[in-house]
Amino acid sequence: MVDLVVAQALSETLGGGPQPDLLEARQMQALSLAVHIPLVCFGIAFPAMFLFVEGLYLRTGDETFKRLAVKWSKVALTLFAVGVVTGTILSFEFGLLWPEFMASFGQVFGIAFALEGISFFVEAIFMAIYVYGWQRLSPRVHFLTGIPIVISGFAGSFNVIAVNGWMNDPGGFDVVGGRVVDPRPWEAMFNDAMAHEVFHMYLAGYVVAGFIVAGVYSAAWLRGRRDKYVHTALVVTLSFACLAAPVQVIVGDWAARSVTQRQPVKLAAFEGLAHTTKGASFTIGGVFDEDEQRVRWGIEIPHLLSLLAEHDPNATITGLDSVPPEDRPPVNVVRFAFQTMVGIGTGLALLGAVFFLTWWRRRRLPRSRWFFRAVVAAGPLALVALIAGWITTEVGRQPWIVYEVMRTEQAVTSADGLETGYVALVLVYLALASGVLWMLRRLARQG
Amino acid sequence: MLPEICLALAMVGITAYAVLGSADFGAGFWDLTAGGARRGGRVRGMVQHAMSPVWEANHVWLIFVLVVVWTAFPVAFGSIFSTLSIPLFLAALGIIFRGAAFALRGQAGTIREARVLGALFASSSVLIPFCLGAAIGGIASGRVPVGNATGDVWSSWLNPTSVLIGVLGVVTGAHLAAVFLAADSRRAGQEDLVHAFRTRALGSGVLAGALALAGLLVVRSDARALFDGLTSGAGLACVLVSGAAGVGTLVLVARGRHEPARFVAAVSVAAIVAGWAFAQRPYLLPPELTLDEAAAPDATLAAVLAGLGIGAVILVPSLWLLYRLVLRGVLDQRFEPLDQRFTTLDKDERR
Repeated sequence: MVDLVVAQALSETLGGGPQPDLLEARQMQALSLAVHIPLVCFGIAFPAMFLFVEGLYLRTGDETFKRLAVKWSKVALTLFAVGVVTGTILSFEFGLLWPEFMASFGQVFGIAFALEGISFFVEAIFMAIYVYGWQRLSPRVHFLTGIPIVISGFAGSFNVIAVNGWMNDPGGFDVVGGRVVDPRPWEAMFNDAMAHEVFHMYLAGYVVAGFIVAGVYSAAWLRGRRDKYVHTALVVTLSFACLAAPVQVIVGDWAARSVTQRQPVKLAAFEGLAHTTKGASFTIGGVFDEDEQRVRWGIEIPHLLSLLAEHDPNATITGLDSVPPEDRPPVNVVRFAFQTMVGIGTGLALLGAVFFLTWWRRRRLPRSRWFFRAVVAAGPLALVALIAGWITTEVGRQPWIVYEVMRTEQAVTSADGLETGYVALVLVYLALASGVLWMLRRLARQG
Repeated sequence: MLPEICLALAMVGITAYAVLGSADFGAGFWDLTAGGARRGGRVRGMVQHAMSPVWEANHVWLIFVLVVVWTAFPVAFGSIFSTLSIPLFLAALGIIFRGAAFALRGQAGTIREARVLGALFASSSVLIPFCLGAAIGGIASGRVPVGNATGDVWSSWLNPTSVLIGVLGVVTGAHLAAVFLAADSRRAGQEDLVHAFRTRALGSGVLAGALALAGLLVVRSDARALFDGLTSGAGLACVLVSGAAGVGTLVLVARGRHEPARFVAAVSVAAIVAGWAFAQRPYLLPPELTLDEAAAPDATLAAVLAGLGIGAVILVPSLWLLYRLVLRGVLDQRFEPLDQRFTTLDKDERR
């Protein structure tokens, strides 16, 4: 962002005592995000899936399709309800954990959340109408009430991710005398990191939700349930997930190149690249040694990093040493998360390719039991990749909460005793996770 | 002018949440106090029946308030959430349990599961309005200073005004819920439940009125500025409207006119929320931060109004559609006492 005038370091907007609990605050926020984001995937992708199946029902009149759509919409409603509350926790935490951040920048990025609030409202309204309207609304009207769910699911994630994009590519304000002044909310919202983040997350939603639901029916298939109901469920969910997974590789490349341009230190952390290097090599695996400032025990592929990041094998890639040590993210966490995401993502894309080649050439599902076993594994793996991806971008942005403008330690609350809150939150989320898994198991068993 | 309009938007959100959200919490209160599985089965069935299609949309009003406040009044937001971190964190935990347990109870397979989830749902439904009311009491009584957690972490919400508003929040919610549930029971054709909720509505209404009157004395000794605001000018007018609407609700309920009672009860709550805003004028965080000082620059406020204005074009008709479908019974599922649901489920599984 060129037009950002940071005249001097940011000072406190609120001001208070010492801020002792940064670590706990970060852990609480990370935990809450990790709980909420998988639910977001279902909010993004599941409505499109059940609406597609309902569309098949409207065209054919086949009750199997209707049964499937009813079932999925009920699961989606329960997951949506849990997402409503976990999302609420996130908004509370913005204030509870990061009051300085909100007090300084709420005026800049808040508008995106205001629009998100509207989307969320519309989603909640039509979700209720859709799920409780199966009996009394006419089939056509009922189908139509599903469309706003799909649109608002997209709009909601678009708005939230616009804020995350802004944290990575802050703009739409000036800092004068240590104060944030002259907010330009629309400029902040339409930042340059938004587009690739939105597409990356949107596709992730389809990959995660698609493979998790497909995994449930794959398990049924492996147990010998091969009726039309299971077959339809598999084909629909796999089509969504397997279409999204290979495209995700391309969007991932776009995202990485954007990070190369805008946040070179973050990219250097992805790769464990200590020094600015011409024709940099890509290292698979290994551990970054902070003392020696290099990756040890990895497999090095010459020139590949320059080729991937700049599409030129001899391009110069900025290293971690371009900024002082206190401005660098923790390399191993970021790098391990990045490699996990890329590794799993590649595997899922290959699985997607297998499905599509088989479907395209033979018009049927693959026959190998290994394919179905792989699909069962793909759901949890996609979830791991999702969380790893968010760790990559969030920890990779550290030590900044607003990239190169506000440090995370400046943003945190002065309230003490967050340890208690942290323990309470862990226990509550454990209870929540077991409750949701218990419910999903029950629903899966009912078929 | 822009700050006033944005504040009015936030107050609309708070009012909607104080009516619709509170009624859902109140429904949880009646669920909690309904008695054993057998005896309380019908009341709980009606709570489930009435809340299911609307509680998520009702809950979004809270999010709406948060986003308007943190965008339009960011310094106030940061100060409120850092000083009142304990009640707000407790409310947040309550929100997780309330929503998740209610949603999961819909999928419960046995009466035991339903009872555990129901107990969680219902007890959180009491915790949340108390904590949110206590937080409002802290703001209104001038205990939230500007700053990052610079107010007292305990006395900012454990003080006479806070406790009063917290308790009043719980009781008012119970009253609203009983009024609404009586009307819902009539629509579902369950006359015994109409009677049961009418009794509850009258009892809780009288209690809420008595608490409100006694509360004025509490406020007088604990937060004199707030008391003066509520007993003069526009604040007084709102208090009187609220009281009259409260009495009106009781009369309508007693006469069995449940549909109009819904709206009059809502007016009663809306008036007291407006009265609070008038009483602490011109402050957003009394006694130091005024509305104008707290407001973000005009560019932000204009963006909020533009964004929400465009949003309202979609949102208002959507809300209208939802509540119309609900009130006409289009989204109604078959009424089923909660305990009986499991006997029928068991039969289905055996078959």
